[in-house]
Amino acid sequence: MLSTLAEASNPWLSWSYVQDNWAELVAAGKEHIFLTVGSVLLAIVLAVPLAVLVRKVPRLSGPVLGLSGVLYTIPSLALISLLWPIFGLSPWTVIIALAVYGLLVVLRNIVVGLDDVPAEVLDAANGMGLTTRQIATRVSIPLAMPTILAGIRIATVSTVGMVTIGALVGYGGFGTLILSGFQNNFWHAQIFTATLCCVLLAVVFEILLLLVQRLTVPWTRKQAG
Amino acid sequence: MGVIEWFTDPANWTGENGIPVRTWQQIEISLAAMALALIVALPVALTLGHLRKGVFLATNIGNVGRAVPTLGVLTILASIPEIGIGNLAAILALALFAIPPVLTNTYTGLAGVDDEVRDAARGMGMSGMGILARVEVPLAVPLIAAGIRTATVQVVATASLAALVGSGGLGRYVVDGFALQDNTLIIAGAILTAALAVVAELVLAGVQRWVTPRGLREQSRAQIEVQEIPAATH
Repeated sequence: MLSTLAEASNPWLSWSYVQDNWAELVAAGKEHIFLTVGSVLLAIVLAVPLAVLVRKVPRLSGPVLGLSGVLYTIPSLALISLLWPIFGLSPWTVIIALAVYGLLVVLRNIVVGLDDVPAEVLDAANGMGLTTRQIATRVSIPLAMPTILAGIRIATVSTVGMVTIGALVGYGGFGTLILSGFQNNFWHAQIFTATLCCVLLAVVFEILLLLVQRLTVPWTRKQAG
Repeated sequence: MGVIEWFTDPANWTGENGIPVRTWQQIEISLAAMALALIVALPVALTLGHLRKGVFLATNIGNVGRAVPTLGVLTILASIPEIGIGNLAAILALALFAIPPVLTNTYTGLAGVDDEVRDAARGMGMSGMGILARVEVPLAVPLIAAGIRTATVQVVATASLAALVGSGGLGRYVVDGFALQDNTLIIAGAILTAALAVVAELVLAGVQRWVTPRGLREQSRAQIEVQEIPAATH
């Protein structure tokens, strides 16, 4: 009897939970967005020069991609924990850790995207008298753009999920709510609402980035990203 | 106490909290989750791939897996009274996240078998099951192996999160370290979880090479590289 009573007062979906905790949910959402966008931007900023380096020195391509594959397997729990003595309880601990994962996906897709540009196309551009810089900006990069954008999209969506682990150091967006709901006597409404919000945020990012892709590389509209 | 002293302290290598026991717990949870995931994903993927049906499901399930936070699923399962905190919640949650890579890769592998090859097998009088078992699966082995490897590495890495919902494994050190404000424990735990994940990756990469028929190695590499854009959310 007692357990059914407890069950009845602990629903998974509760509109009154959302109403009562609206301010907290909005704050968690803002933090989640800040941490996600921060990590992905940092990842892109770091990936571009590395990609240029790998292109300039093709011999590095194998080792860099191989190493990045191994680094990618390190759990975010471990990476956040290793960074925390350096950056402490700050958003940077989470942003830098998650930027590492984003970096690997974005870098990989830039390199693969540029490698996939057909040699004939490059030959034709060369034959038309384009300079190396012109070939890069007008031919290679536009042709690689769908793959690069797909990488940014994948990195962003998986970052939204991984931000939750930041709850460990107090910066986890919705993850902080999930964990505190769990520690607060399995508060179903909080756990479930925060998880749903997280999924929703991932979907919104996915749609926004698909829109960006449609606007910037409209010729890929028919192809699946 | 420093991290090196922690690792050289014999007390940390024995007993219920010792490194061998914690490592084995994590491997156990991972193996159980993978077994469950394979039992669910392989029959579905083999059926869909053989019938060439369900492209949408097979190609989009990975996106769903990416969008759902592991911590959320783990916590939800552990909060269901019938499941409760501990290893069962972890195994179920990890299995759910292992299904998409296995399903997608197996499906893609089967769907990638040439129609001419299937026709030839049929012309030789092979049954549907015969074609699946003796033609399609052997040709799809490189991709199937890649999918299982990706899923396993992801499961081993994510299993460290299970400590957040009260299960064992190496993540315990990290979670207990944060609870006790013990930096040494946090860092030692982080090193151990990272090392286990990297070892799993290297070992399984070797296994994958080993199970791939020699004639398919070169040909399958390009195919796998396209597939291998990681979907992990650990």
